[in-house]
Amino acid sequence: MKTPLTYLGNIGTYFIMIKDIFRRPTKWSVMKPLILKDIDDLIIGSIGIVAFISFFVGGVVAIQTSLNMTSPIMPKYLVGFATRQSIILEFAPTFISIIMAGKVGSFITSSIGTMRVTEQIDALEVMGINAINYLVFPKFIALILYPFVISIAMFLGILGGLLACVYGGYGTMENYIEGVQLDFIPFHFVYAFIKTFVFAFLLATIPSYYGYFMKGGALEVGKASTTSFVWTSVMIILVNFLLTSLLLG
Amino acid sequence: MIQVKDLHKSFGDAHILKGITTSFEKGKTNLIIGQSGSGKTVFLKCLLGLFEYEQGSIAYEGKNFSDLSKTEKINLRSEMGMVFQGSALFDSMTIAENVMFPLRMFTKQNKSEMEDRVNVVLQRVNLENAHNKMPSEASGGMQKRVAIARAIVNRPKFLFCDEPNSGLDPKTAIVIDNLIQEITAEFNITTVINTHDMNSVMEIGEKIVFLKDGLLEWEGSSETIFRTENEAVTNFVYSSNLFRKVRRMYLEENN
Repeated sequence: MKTPLTYLGNIGTYFIMIKDIFRRPTKWSVMKPLILKDIDDLIIGSIGIVAFISFFVGGVVAIQTSLNMTSPIMPKYLVGFATRQSIILEFAPTFISIIMAGKVGSFITSSIGTMRVTEQIDALEVMGINAINYLVFPKFIALILYPFVISIAMFLGILGGLLACVYGGYGTMENYIEGVQLDFIPFHFVYAFIKTFVFAFLLATIPSYYGYFMKGGALEVGKASTTSFVWTSVMIILVNFLLTSLLLG
Repeated sequence: MIQVKDLHKSFGDAHILKGITTSFEKGKTNLIIGQSGSGKTVFLKCLLGLFEYEQGSIAYEGKNFSDLSKTEKINLRSEMGMVFQGSALFDSMTIAENVMFPLRMFTKQNKSEMEDRVNVVLQRVNLENAHNKMPSEASGGMQKRVAIARAIVNRPKFLFCDEPNSGLDPKTAIVIDNLIQEITAEFNITTVINTHDMNSVMEIGEKIVFLKDGLLEWEGSSETIFRTENEAVTNFVYSSNLFRKVRRMYLEENN
């Protein structure tokens, strides 16, 4: 049974792991291809699903907003305004991050966990290599490019809203674009990207922790992936609440 | 040479190693044997520096491990090669990349120098045509040979093997045993092998350390193990009819 002390121990181990990411760095000639591979796996490999989800969720947000605006005194440009606010403030940074916790997080946990089960991490340690730096640092650097994915999600979400609005007959292009430009506050972008960077850090480190410190065999790799997804999502939601209170509250 | 003095290791209340004193000689294949739970793996991990021990000392060519600074410990690790039970090859790399890995990490050689060394080592383990294969495409025996190649590529002073022929057919197991013995003599390495395999004991056991319940119960060689009267050793080594017969024949021939 897990006691509060176990959770406290896990949190301590997590922070020690974070410190170890930056200790005894691996040679740059070895690290560079690892970073490029992780950029390919974690960032480039996620663009397709992120683009698909953002485009259609943007469309749904626009349709739902339009259908719920029953009062004739409400201006038509509100569809574009509501879609922009929903996409930029919450959907792109937060909900895409939860989707990424499933896609990227599970990949990180299972790949590191499999290395643990098959003694590949022991092999690195026996050679005197800082295995945490070797395995986690490239993911950490690759996920610095995560805001690029979120930018695509923002753009395609708003575009999806526009197309759904215009071609679904819920409003005109002029009204939608007017709404998107209405009362634009640049700090909302700053807020969204601060969140994105923090979520990127969580996406790189929490799944790595669950993969690196897992014990057991193939079954436990699956369990670790699930646990990693749950805790990464929980942390994203909690940190989202905290940052929103701090930055917009 | 590795000298171990009064080594103790516990996990919580479980006292696993209870004061082991022995030595492993250079240029010889040293075997650690014993029943499951006797402390073999813990002992090997202490020798590798993966486990910290509470009491005693381990000296590698006269250098006491616990007296070394962090940097010296890392340098010492780079002088160790390890063959894991499951080979532990990096599955995202080709066989050649796996073997080249220690060179890329610890040497300043250029690419052609590293490739030359990898070619030499892969040739030594009879895998000259397997450079571009992935570990998943290699058989168990091939994977073990790649693991040996990776362990010796950086010219280690110490080679550790954890059950190197587990899961292999008897013929391949003998090939792996002989390869390890030849490499040990050829490169004058201190080799320590953790094994359950009685064929290995008979074939390559130049020094054998028998552990029982965390204590060193007996030590000798593949010659003296035939003559020992130690009950724990004879119960373990000659537990099968075949080995009892082999022993009887050996004793009849040599008496």
